Amino acid sequence: MTLAQTQPQALEFDCDTGNYHTFCPISCVAWLYQKIEDSFFLVIGTKTCGYFLQNAMGVMIFAEPRYAMAELEEADISAQLNDYEELKRLCEGIKRDRNPSVIVWIGTCTTEIIKMDLEGLAPKLEQEIGIPIVVARANGLDYAFTQGEDTVLAAMAHRCPTADQVTSAEEKAERNSIQKLLSFGRKKEDVAAEESEYHDHPPLVLFGSVPDPIVTQITLELKKQGIRVDGWLPAKRYTELPVIDEGYYVAGINPFLSRTATTLMRRRKCKLIGAPFPIGPDGTRAWVEKICSVFGIEPQGLEEREAKIWESVEDYLEIIRGKSVYFMGDNLLEISLARFLTRCGMTVQEIGIPYMDKRYQAAELALLEKTCNEMGAPLPKITEKPDNYNQLQRIQELCPDLVITGMAHANPLEARGISTKWSVEFTFAQIHGFTNARDILELVTRPLRRNDSLKDLGWEKLVKEEAKV
Amino acid sequence: MKLAYWMYAGPAHIGTLRIASSFKNVHAIMHAPLGDDYFNVMRSMLERERDFTPVTASIVDRNVLARGSQEKVVDNIVRKDSEEHPDLIVLTPTCTSSILQEDLENFVQRASLDAKGDVMLADVNHYRVNELQAADRTLQQIVQFYIEKARKQGTLPEGKTEKPSVNIIGLTTLGFHNIHDNRELRTLMANLGIEVNMVMPDGASVHQIKDMGRAWFNLVPYREVGPATAEYLNTELGMPCVDIAPMGIVDTARCIRAIQAVLNQQGAEVDYEAFIDEQTRFVSQAAWFSRSIDCQNLTGKKAVVFGDNTHAAAITRVLAREMGIHVVLAGTYCQYDADWFKDQVSEYCDEVLISDDNGAIGDRIAQLEPAAIFGTQMERHVGKRLDIPCGVIAAPIHIQNFPVGYRPFMGYEGANQIVDLVYNSFTLGMEDHLLEIFGGHDTKDVITKTMSADADLGWSHDGLAELQKIPGFVRGKVKRNTEKFARDQGIDQITAEVLYAAKEAVGA
Ligand code: SF4
Repeated sequence: MTLAQTQPQALEFDCDTGNYHTFCPISCVAWLYQKIEDSFFLVIGTKTCGYFLQNAMGVMIFAEPRYAMAELEEADISAQLNDYEELKRLCEGIKRDRNPSVIVWIGTCTTEIIKMDLEGLAPKLEQEIGIPIVVARANGLDYAFTQGEDTVLAAMAHRCPTADQVTSAEEKAERNSIQKLLSFGRKKEDVAAEESEYHDHPPLVLFGSVPDPIVTQITLELKKQGIRVDGWLPAKRYTELPVIDEGYYVAGINPFLSRTATTLMRRRKCKLIGAPFPIGPDGTRAWVEKICSVFGIEPQGLEEREAKIWESVEDYLEIIRGKSVYFMGDNLLEISLARFLTRCGMTVQEIGIPYMDKRYQAAELALLEKTCNEMGAPLPKITEKPDNYNQLQRIQELCPDLVITGMAHANPLEARGISTKWSVEFTFAQIHGFTNARDILELVTRPLRRNDSLKDLGWEKLVKEEAKV
Repeated sequence: MKLAYWMYAGPAHIGTLRIASSFKNVHAIMHAPLGDDYFNVMRSMLERERDFTPVTASIVDRNVLARGSQEKVVDNIVRKDSEEHPDLIVLTPTCTSSILQEDLENFVQRASLDAKGDVMLADVNHYRVNELQAADRTLQQIVQFYIEKARKQGTLPEGKTEKPSVNIIGLTTLGFHNIHDNRELRTLMANLGIEVNMVMPDGASVHQIKDMGRAWFNLVPYREVGPATAEYLNTELGMPCVDIAPMGIVDTARCIRAIQAVLNQQGAEVDYEAFIDEQTRFVSQAAWFSRSIDCQNLTGKKAVVFGDNTHAAAITRVLAREMGIHVVLAGTYCQYDADWFKDQVSEYCDEVLISDDNGAIGDRIAQLEPAAIFGTQMERHVGKRLDIPCGVIAAPIHIQNFPVGYRPFMGYEGANQIVDLVYNSFTLGMEDHLLEIFGGHDTKDVITKTMSADADLGWSHDGLAELQKIPGFVRGKVKRNTEKFARDQGIDQITAEVLYAAKEAVGA
């Protein structure tokens, strides 16, 4: 501690060339169309985009997905065809076949470059066909992977109604589906009685797309503190988007939602609760505590709850304690995961991250720093826009016990005797809240447990020459 | 604009990357936005590659949009050159670069000044060609580049190899069972006493290209990738080419006879007839299979075939000509090469379908109700929905189509594999046969369920005895069919006679 006191360590930030592998942000349609059940996602792009989606989504697309490509042809590029007429033809088809409550247009690199005015065309067409059209420019020129969700949610934030817009009782009930969910099947009086258990606090809306079980778990977690979740962006259905009025409080559940946060603050005049993200029991506790503190509520039993979770995952912690981990960076969950793994006793060698919003992630960064200091772990270097080639050189030098990386590098690294965990799994697994700490550790320890089962076989390195990258 | 859920052939750059990454020590740099290097994931996952895929991107971002790539592409090429010393760097345009219209050729020229290795720009336009055409074109382009270079340097070797030899052209990474076909074709050539001068491009070095002319002929097993190169080598170096895919017993023999003719023209005096006969009748099991009772049971069964040109055409012919299966529809998504396909299959099927619209193909399959489908992963899923078995014979494919075990489609072992695939795809022979006799196709019903819902139907002693004679796995089905028949006819006691009347009624 003496060293830390004389020279307060600070996180070191670096920015490299941006030559790294990640998924195109249009991949967000894969989970968002499943989340928003009455939506239809139309990706306006080329064969390149379609090919990516088709392959990245694997089997999902056989299940009649509510997404399609509006594939641009040469005549669209050279403006021989009228964009409006073309989009109208396609959207009418979609309306006829699927009758969605919203069509989300995903703008791509090509629509950016040819400057197709999707934001201008959408309101006109919306009027004409009578289905809301939301435009999100989730392209590879500007964003990486999970940021795609951010662009969609930021666009959706504009569509959330205000209280005056929701007048009918029916609609009010619909927009309040989370409460409905929790009080399902119970008597009115009980529900009313329960209402009184909530503290009197200003409305709170959470944002970030997570699977429904997580919505329930997190909502209940806050309920334990007497905090009512008034809505969630996105909701299960587009027609259930929450009411957002000026002065509402909002809190993000994922680290990649900075545009959504900005939109909610600037355009909807909401107050953002800046907190670490509820990933890992430490993060979840810090997140709940922060919300409590904003509302002036004394948190109840959180410390015990966290301790219990840690206790229950001790078998996994034994496996990773003292091991090193290296994040190549591709999905923006890296800071939160690194913070959690540091608390688990791992040493983080580097945190690669596509994009670092120091303001939106401020509380998370502070918690990372605090965690490192408390655990006596060195502060990791955070590399924004990493360069995969340079990283592979560093990985060879450092020989981390675990590299968290994309599928492009996973097999080649494994062949060189370096254990890897495929990063994309963290975006699809359930990792939020107290309950799912075990799931994260299940993922993180899997390669190490595999190593354990295969140890003594003597074939860790399976390439002939020394690792050439 | 076109509404699309599924596509059969990928974008052009995938073809170029497949060629570049097939070579040893060739690096491709894509001029592309972040996220378009998904090729690396596919190669690493599907082929379970141990090495890093030699593909990187020179990223197109907002800055590039505003000011052009400027030095970026050149820097990236020169950097890669010094990091990994590739023999060749292929700058690969994407849909994005197709519309940015930057002078990539100029970047290549500037980069070649500083790079030690060679640099070239793949001549592919996203909006004009697809993955397969681009692969064909890129391979030809690289071969041409090195032939011309050698000619300029005077290093183009004169003359042919002493013994008959061949270049096998068109085997690539991510190609459908290409790894296995590679081994099988090499074995076949060895059996024919032909040296393999080189396989191009899979595992080849660009330094070998100048020696291509030493081979006596070129073998182009796939219609999609390789013909452009073979044609170039024919015009430039006068090399003859055999372009019959040796898939199935008959076409393998045709291919070998074509090779024989090409070699004999050059004075080799080879006679492969005895080899063909021996392989066909005794080594390979495919010819024997076509005579066996198993295959007899497939006679006249309806099948639909869909895929790329090479595989769909070859499989159509194998089914119709070698197994007596009734191909009701043969189709390809290689629209740009439709005439070739029609020419290849017209006499072996009722109908030809040229389309890359998955919906149209699915609809047609639903209307035709074949007993089996031979198609891509997409047709497999159509089959799943319609409850029709499907054997996968062409890309697009999934990881399960990259088997670790030896599974060629070409040559004599390939013919064996095709037999297994076809036979297993149809409902298993004898079982189907029995079901046929007792009038049912549905094998999914629970067979152990012996009580019928209606209690008012009785089975006479001899009826039951007759029922017991029916093999267990179809007994339940027969029982239900018979009871249904009895109910329809108002019969309340099922005797042996009724059982057989029911069978006849269903059979009629
Ligand atoms: S990076 Fe651009 S062109 Fe590539 S898939 Fe994404 S949106 Fe399409």
